Amino acid sequence: MTTTTTDHTAPATYVPAADSLGEVFAAGEPPPRPSALSSSVTFGWRAMLKIKHVPEQLFDVTVFPVIMTLMFTYLFGGALAGSTEDYLQFLLPGILVMSVVMITMYTGVGVNTDIEKGVFDRFRTLPIWRPSALVGALLGDMVRYTIASTVILVLGLILGFRPAGGFVGVLGGVALLVVFSFAFSWIWTMLGLLLRTERSVMGVSMLVLFPGTFLSNVFVDPRTMPSWLQGFVDVNPISHLVASIRGLLHGRWVSDEITWTLISAAVILAIFGTLTMRLYNRK
Amino acid sequence: MSKDTTDPAIETHALAKSFGKTRAVNGVDLTVPAGTVYGVLGPNGAGKTTAVRMLATLLRPDGGEARVFGRDVVREADAVRGRVSLTGQYASVDEDLTGTENLVLLGRLLGHRKPAARERSARLLEAFGLAEAADRQVKNYSGGMRRRIDIAASIVKTPDLLFLDEPTAGLDPRSRNQVWDIVRVIVAKGTTVMLTTQYLEEADHLASRIAVIDHGKVIAEGTPRELKSSVGAGSIQVRLRDAAQRPDAERVLARALGTSVALAADPVELTARVSGEESGSDTAEHASRALAELGRAGITVDDFSLGQPSLDEVFLALTDHTTQEEAAA
Ligand SMILES: Nc1ncnc2c1ncn2[C@@H]1O[C@H](COP(=O)(O)OP(=O)(O)OP(=O)(O)O)[C@@H](O)[C@H]1O
Ligand SMILES: [Mg+2]
Repeated sequence: MTTTTTDHTAPATYVPAADSLGEVFAAGEPPPRPSALSSSVTFGWRAMLKIKHVPEQLFDVTVFPVIMTLMFTYLFGGALAGSTEDYLQFLLPGILVMSVVMITMYTGVGVNTDIEKGVFDRFRTLPIWRPSALVGALLGDMVRYTIASTVILVLGLILGFRPAGGFVGVLGGVALLVVFSFAFSWIWTMLGLLLRTERSVMGVSMLVLFPGTFLSNVFVDPRTMPSWLQGFVDVNPISHLVASIRGLLHGRWVSDEITWTLISAAVILAIFGTLTMRLYNRK
Repeated sequence: MSKDTTDPAIETHALAKSFGKTRAVNGVDLTVPAGTVYGVLGPNGAGKTTAVRMLATLLRPDGGEARVFGRDVVREADAVRGRVSLTGQYASVDEDLTGTENLVLLGRLLGHRKPAARERSARLLEAFGLAEAADRQVKNYSGGMRRRIDIAASIVKTPDLLFLDEPTAGLDPRSRNQVWDIVRVIVAKGTTVMLTTQYLEEADHLASRIAVIDHGKVIAEGTPRELKSSVGAGSIQVRLRDAAQRPDAERVLARALGTSVALAADPVELTARVSGEESGSDTAEHASRALAELGRAGITVDDFSLGQPSLDEVFLALTDHTTQEEAAA
């Protein structure tokens, strides 16, 4: 197109030229297939491009965590610990976990609506490692989780949170949280593929997330709870995650909690990753 | 293109797929020779998309089998994916991304390094007349541009077999012609094209063979010419100078052609079917004999035209036929 001047005239004046079209066919040997990692990273790049073009989608990783942090700090702070500043030292790691784990839900919904679009048909006819489209989308979401964590930590610092673990502790805590959330997200991708409507996905997600996050050590020490409830709280992977991150942020190396967290992440990934891929292949 | 030239591009036997009680594809046998455009013609809900999705490894058939270049679409899905490309009926690129981003993304997924993917994207956009729209989001493209980027996305890597699911639905005549030209170049370069369409004209223009499907079944298959002659007739349209002669003309034509004659709304016009046994020349011969009879009877003909049956007529004849069979069954 050398003669046209505006976009609007382009379709009107376009005449498919056999030689220039034919030329793009004679493009030599096809390249070798990309590796699983390479195709996943490429899909991660797609997720970044989508954030660039649709920045509104960052709303739930910025505004939502701010509201959560402010709400729970001032709602419970005075009552539970006497002062919000003291309570913040205990609460902030928990709020960090709760917010990010809740955000994983949007991932499931997002991946699901994405899969329904025609472009996924194209991806699924490419000779690539099958899970890479989903893995890539979740790699992109890890960036969102990191943004959410940063927002909460910065707000916490402003409100008076003082992590004794320093920069390294905070970095370690966020890294563990992001890794766990990556694994946890596969629950939602599975639900997203299993359930028909976006609304039912949200409904079921809430059913899992509310007890999952509240019935844990996010807000209070489990020793204050009745013993039957303590039983649940102790096996809840969210509790181990919170304990690990609380430890890391405050400079305590809680290796058994971290081990439990990583094991539960691996188990969740194995189960729900497999189920997701099964549903994905059958769609 | 293909190394195993002996294999047809597509071969299916009793291919079937149901959704609940709907038998979307109900026992389809097809053979698509490599290197041609094969048209799949059918009305809404005929099962075209379902059939294409099974052949492109997106849907698992519940009955029968299908092979693409000799590879089974279920058991050897990955090998099939290496050789086919699909341009789906609906948006088949990411509407949030720009034209360039879409093509670079696909180039990367097909194994190109970033510079090579960028270069290929630029060349494709140029060849498809989208260079100026390269950095705009696809959701802001016009319908014709969108269809072109859909097709460009399918040939980022030259496929041996390209599925085009209703590539011209909703396009204006100019955009439609552009797509047709593109398809002609693609097939000239050795790629086999399977094209679904509701437009009989489109199949007639592009396809060397056509399968007509309805209710998930193939109701006719062959070259466009074979399909037309299987209906067995063309038609002649005659305009008289004097409307008063029409009853006479009707009688003469009916006798000469041995068929009933339709009287048009225009009082000087008549249309009659001409039975041509097999080829078009028979039709012409019968028609000219009938015209001569009119002259001998002293009827003045102002104008006449001889038409081959359109694919529309073929299609109506074929689907009517099945409806009657069903009613009888
Ligand atoms: N995912 C699905 N779930 C349920 N029914 C389906 C599904 N896909 C297709 N069908 C049904 O199968 C039949 C064939 O549909 P298909 O989309 O293959 O037709 P088509 O020939 O492509 O039609 P169109 O010209 O409208 O695109 C229709 O009755 C349709 O309602
Ligand atoms: Mg269709």
